[in-house]
Amino acid sequence: MASKLTRSNRAGWLMASPGIALIAAFIILPFFLAFTFSLTNQRLASPNPTKYVGFENYRDLLGLAYFTLEPERDDAGAVVRSADGDIKYPRLRNFTRNNPDYPNLQGKREWFSWQSGENRKVVLASDVVFMKALVNTITFVVVVAPVQAGLALILALLINQKLRGISLFRAVYFMPVVVSIVVVSLLWRFIYSPGDGLLNNLLSALTFGAFTPQDWLGNPSTALGSIIAMSIWQGVGFHMVIWLSGLQTISPTLYEAAQIEGSSKWQTFRYVTWPGLRNTAILILIVITMQAFALFAQIEVMTQGGPLDSTQVLVFQAFERGYGKQDISGGSTISVILFIIVLSVSLLQRWLTREKK
Amino acid sequence: MADVLLKAIKKSYGPVEVIKGVDIDINDGEFVVFVGPSGCGKSTLLRMIAGLEDISGGTLEIAGRVVNDIEASERGIAMVFQSYAIFPHMTVRENVAFGLTIAGASKAEKEAKVAEAARILQMEHLLDRRPSQLSGGQRQRVAIGRAIVRKPEVFLFDEPLSNLDAALRLDMRIEIGKLHKSLGATMVYVTHDQVEAMTLADKIVVLKDGYVQQIGAPMDLYHNPANRFVAGFIGAPSMNFLDVEIVSREGDSARIHSDLVSEITVPAWREGVPFSGRATLGIRPQDLRTVDTGGILQGNVAIAERLGIETVVDITLKDGSRLLVSLPEDRVFEPGQPVELGFDPARAHLFALDAEATRNAA
Repeated sequence: MASKLTRSNRAGWLMASPGIALIAAFIILPFFLAFTFSLTNQRLASPNPTKYVGFENYRDLLGLAYFTLEPERDDAGAVVRSADGDIKYPRLRNFTRNNPDYPNLQGKREWFSWQSGENRKVVLASDVVFMKALVNTITFVVVVAPVQAGLALILALLINQKLRGISLFRAVYFMPVVVSIVVVSLLWRFIYSPGDGLLNNLLSALTFGAFTPQDWLGNPSTALGSIIAMSIWQGVGFHMVIWLSGLQTISPTLYEAAQIEGSSKWQTFRYVTWPGLRNTAILILIVITMQAFALFAQIEVMTQGGPLDSTQVLVFQAFERGYGKQDISGGSTISVILFIIVLSVSLLQRWLTREKK
Repeated sequence: MADVLLKAIKKSYGPVEVIKGVDIDINDGEFVVFVGPSGCGKSTLLRMIAGLEDISGGTLEIAGRVVNDIEASERGIAMVFQSYAIFPHMTVRENVAFGLTIAGASKAEKEAKVAEAARILQMEHLLDRRPSQLSGGQRQRVAIGRAIVRKPEVFLFDEPLSNLDAALRLDMRIEIGKLHKSLGATMVYVTHDQVEAMTLADKIVVLKDGYVQQIGAPMDLYHNPANRFVAGFIGAPSMNFLDVEIVSREGDSARIHSDLVSEITVPAWREGVPFSGRATLGIRPQDLRTVDTGGILQGNVAIAERLGIETVVDITLKDGSRLLVSLPEDRVFEPGQPVELGFDPARAHLFALDAEATRNAA
């Protein structure tokens, strides 16, 4: 039996239909297409017919192997050493290229390795760049989520006071949010510019010349950190406003009651403010986490994933594969993996912050 | 001894003065009610005693100590708010013990004090509930419990019953009265409801426009209101007022009459009542009676409300003005029915016409 919604609302459905059609065409359809493509060898433009390949794309991205490399030995069984005393190992590609004894290593490359006695332990990945992107993305999220949320809360507490000219501060802190992330990234490229950039100049001036100018974005050890710092700066104002709205829902009489009880500033925060911000905190945590996983524009504008893949991230990889290399199925697969990660993290966060009865 | 003394207390927000010099003496153990219409400054005054508002002028003493610049928590007071101000994320137990938690009290001390407060307020069964599971009356009980635990010398209540429904309000009013008797602490209570003021107070302070209009025992205010405002504010239904002409005056009595009122002699002891010319006559609805002949006033019934124990009759006088009569019996009146009204002139009140006379009369 048709429900009331479908029976008696012809005009309503008619008016809703353009919106529904747009949402279907640009959100729902691409979402399911990504799942479909990830199971095929679809390319952006190719004369060859598309083939169903099962989970091959996922294997190509997620394939990992662990391998112990034993040193080369001479006839007497002694370890062969090079002229400067380093242990000599057989070349890894002997095992990963067409070696029928090691089918699990086929096509994989070294991701990282460490020394264990005479042996070298190697972790190999089917797709080292993807793995680096995964680690960088997770690092980004793990740093940005707490730091950005914390800074935003501090700013919100500061601007939640009744002081003359406080709205000026609100505006100033919120300004970076209004500027497009692409513009912000371009500007920060100047700030981070090696040699004569603003940051280098500032640090040199503050340390009376003791600071050696850095190539912030060109150095693998500082590139990701620089992008993290800039991203926190850009997004903090937005979350500050959300915290502020949470702060303003707390009844002023609760503060007065605490004041009469002799509650110190910290106790007031601990017993009145923070519990009152519970729902806001959950919202902010989930929103920041999702935004951080979607990191893309900063990378695209500032580093293109470099140097040495030190700023590769998942969305940038998905984009580069899908459009740069026209490998739309590979890009889709990364998107699906990202979707699953973000979904799991959000569900985990919701479970961790659930109302305990 | 927790006397509370307010001396020439003033409060202004920028150029706007809301409390314009108030002197009130509250004795130890007294239940004092601040009453007045909205915006009269009664809540502001209470918040100044609590330490939630700065005092712009004058001195405030609690228990013999000037507390103008002393923190709220150091004044020996506890406050119960209209909106209860209980912490929604804490259980009743945690709410009641909040002050002790802040002060770092031991678990045993908390247990003991919370148990005592719960016993006094008969809410032992509520201790592990959360505020969202409580009714309005229970929430207010929790707020009072939190105040009791502080063992304050002075309790401050800011319209504590205004958010409750009528039946609950009556119950809680009786509870608060009992609480005052059992604790013997000084209590200052703000309300706009004159029934609460009349039933609870040892002493009522009537405020209007930032001035004290009158301070006195409830019955004193009822029988001897200092001015027309107090007379109209205390008592329900409100006192009737009629414009009259003073024919002659000797000492504390005056002969008056008007087009509506036949010539009578009424008491005229109030300050500012003139020796001749116009004045205002006040008669309580309860003092008016219907008579068969020779009444002082004549009019027609507009509408009668029968409440069983009393009948409130709205009467239109000859000149179209209204007069309320409250008769202590159940009687039927027809709309339009002419009535003759009489009253004991000794129970009537004469006020100066001048509106300024209501200011700062105390």
